[in-house]
Amino acid sequence: MNPHKRHDEEKLASRLLQEIKGLADHPLRLMEVCGTHTIAIFRSGIRSVLTDAVDLISGPGCPVCVTPAGEIDRAIALSRRQEVILATFGDLMRVPGSSSSLQQERAEGSAIRVILSPLDAVQIAQENPDRTVVFFAVGFETTSPAIAATVKEAQRQGCANFYLLSCQRLVPPALRALLSAGKVNIDGFILPGHVSVIIGKAPYLFVADEFGIPGVITGFEPLDILEGIYMLLRQKKEGRAGIEIQYSRAVKEEGNQLAREIMGEVFVPADACWRGLGWISQSGLILREEFAAMDAARAFDLPYVEASDPQGCLCSEVLQGLRRPPDCPLFGTRCTPVEPVGACMVSSEGNCAAYYKYGGIP
Amino acid sequence: MKDRRITLSHGAGGKLSHDLVQELFLPFFANDLLRCLDDSAVIPAQSNRIAFTTDAYVVKPLFFPGGDIGRIAICGTVNDLAMAGARPVGLSASFILEEGLLMQDLERVLASMKEAAQEANVMVVAGDTKVVEHGAAQGLFITTAGIGIIPEGVDVGSARARPGDKIIVSGPLGDHEIAVLMARGEFSLHGGIESDCAPLNGLVEVMLEASQAIHSLRDPTRGGLATVLWEIANASRVGVLIDERQIPIRNEVRAVCDLLGFDPYYLANEGRLIAFVPEGEAKEVLQAMQAHPLGRQAAIIGRVVAEHSGKVLLKTPIGGHRLLDPLSGEQFPRIC
Repeated sequence: MNPHKRHDEEKLASRLLQEIKGLADHPLRLMEVCGTHTIAIFRSGIRSVLTDAVDLISGPGCPVCVTPAGEIDRAIALSRRQEVILATFGDLMRVPGSSSSLQQERAEGSAIRVILSPLDAVQIAQENPDRTVVFFAVGFETTSPAIAATVKEAQRQGCANFYLLSCQRLVPPALRALLSAGKVNIDGFILPGHVSVIIGKAPYLFVADEFGIPGVITGFEPLDILEGIYMLLRQKKEGRAGIEIQYSRAVKEEGNQLAREIMGEVFVPADACWRGLGWISQSGLILREEFAAMDAARAFDLPYVEASDPQGCLCSEVLQGLRRPPDCPLFGTRCTPVEPVGACMVSSEGNCAAYYKYGGIP
Repeated sequence: MKDRRITLSHGAGGKLSHDLVQELFLPFFANDLLRCLDDSAVIPAQSNRIAFTTDAYVVKPLFFPGGDIGRIAICGTVNDLAMAGARPVGLSASFILEEGLLMQDLERVLASMKEAAQEANVMVVAGDTKVVEHGAAQGLFITTAGIGIIPEGVDVGSARARPGDKIIVSGPLGDHEIAVLMARGEFSLHGGIESDCAPLNGLVEVMLEASQAIHSLRDPTRGGLATVLWEIANASRVGVLIDERQIPIRNEVRAVCDLLGFDPYYLANEGRLIAFVPEGEAKEVLQAMQAHPLGRQAAIIGRVVAEHSGKVLLKTPIGGHRLLDPLSGEQFPRIC
């Protein structure tokens, strides 16, 4: 740990906070789209030092939270088959389906493995040739290139017992759906850093051009977020609406062409259901025809069955930034991180979990 | 509705573990000594008081950088005694061995236990062994129990923290959990982080020589720093303020946490302690710690206040504040 660096951080933060205060001459609502931003904002205590004029609201940017119960039900149905090993990311373990969760299923004996890298799923398939390994993949554009590479690697190795249950989602279509619905009042977007490393700036231009709302692609350090807020307020002050990049040390305007190419080789966009937001046109990724043999939904004949959100749960409004987690009657009573009812309470990056864990600012 | 079952979260050291103890175990085994739920039971015995504790060890993998299940089985129980301010006088060890366990692995574990016991200057005075069929245990489980003598004038406990107390941590946090996580190989991460696993009774002895007025001592095992601070804040009905900039955490540990989305304040340690010391004695205690091999990087990380009872407040590097609450369930790696 470098104490000097830490000291500079506090000085820089205090300068940015002063500038932000100076620019915020009227109340502004800024939405951070990404769950990693939500957590970083809470962990660094930004709300406790930010001027009251700037209201930060959390959006639908946690891939676990937007995974609908119907998709969890499909994964559970697969995991109950004797021959199946289900490999998935850890955040998904506690997400409630209609009547169970993967964690519950694991406790009852289903073979469910938590992995960090998609390639680990292929390795599990190689090590267990007599089992069927299904990789239950959720995630945004950040993770899709790695998942695409995994599918290609499984094909290259002739791995016949590897399947993919794809529940990947795309961020820009969700922003369009949110804005088109016209229910939520947003003055600016703190846009996700990691997703933008892949997709670059162009896919967000409609936010500024069609809806007149500025956006800043922002990094995840506390100072990045303060600078992102500052850049949004500058645009507002100057009466501009454009998409700018604060996180320039990682994000290029054009994004990562190579990563997008491999995504395009393996996946094709399709209509998809989001928890809270419902069906959104061309907002999901499914395997192309060439890879259909690896598609778990087809191989095991598991059509998507829609499942409703739990009764009384306000995840839908929370994910759209229409309500805050404490507005939900279940929040902190029937729905807690230990026994979550809605998905927003499950993922460590979910809006409700973040409010529950960090929200009691003194 | 399915029957409720034990899930892994019941063993993760957080709220569910707490509830399980409160609601299931305590009603069966209730007695005044157990009900304190400190790291050791403190037994009054004529002029001396005896501390008594037990713990089960189910580490996977059995061997990891910086330690193994045997070393933890000795250190964990010695440390629970030390956290009551007790000098360990004897340990028991019970082994559940899985059919098929390599004899050389068992020997390696026993040798490691012997070495750790020598470091702690304590004897294993009782033991037992059972063997279970293949698949019924992950190689080897160990349960140890220990008794210790509490010197006259020493009175430490989770309920004794007072406003004004300084909070001292004995060294960098999270090394143990990250070392074990890496040794499991599940995340294809490799690095030079070693477990902090060590017997702390020697360190506690020099601390108590510096000041017998130490109020609370805890080793932040499962649930980590955050859970220990929360428990003390609640047991003592005080508020705890800590400064994030003062908390020692290795850069490597921080990097793994960033990668996996873990909060380092919830990571388990097996050779670190947290001390609550009256303000006037804090300097002497800190100096004594820094002069001991296991306390070289000891640091004051915060203080106790009368307000915010039952809450732990963290001051962040940008000058903001946030609450630390106890761990809920398992920490799962995040996906993006």
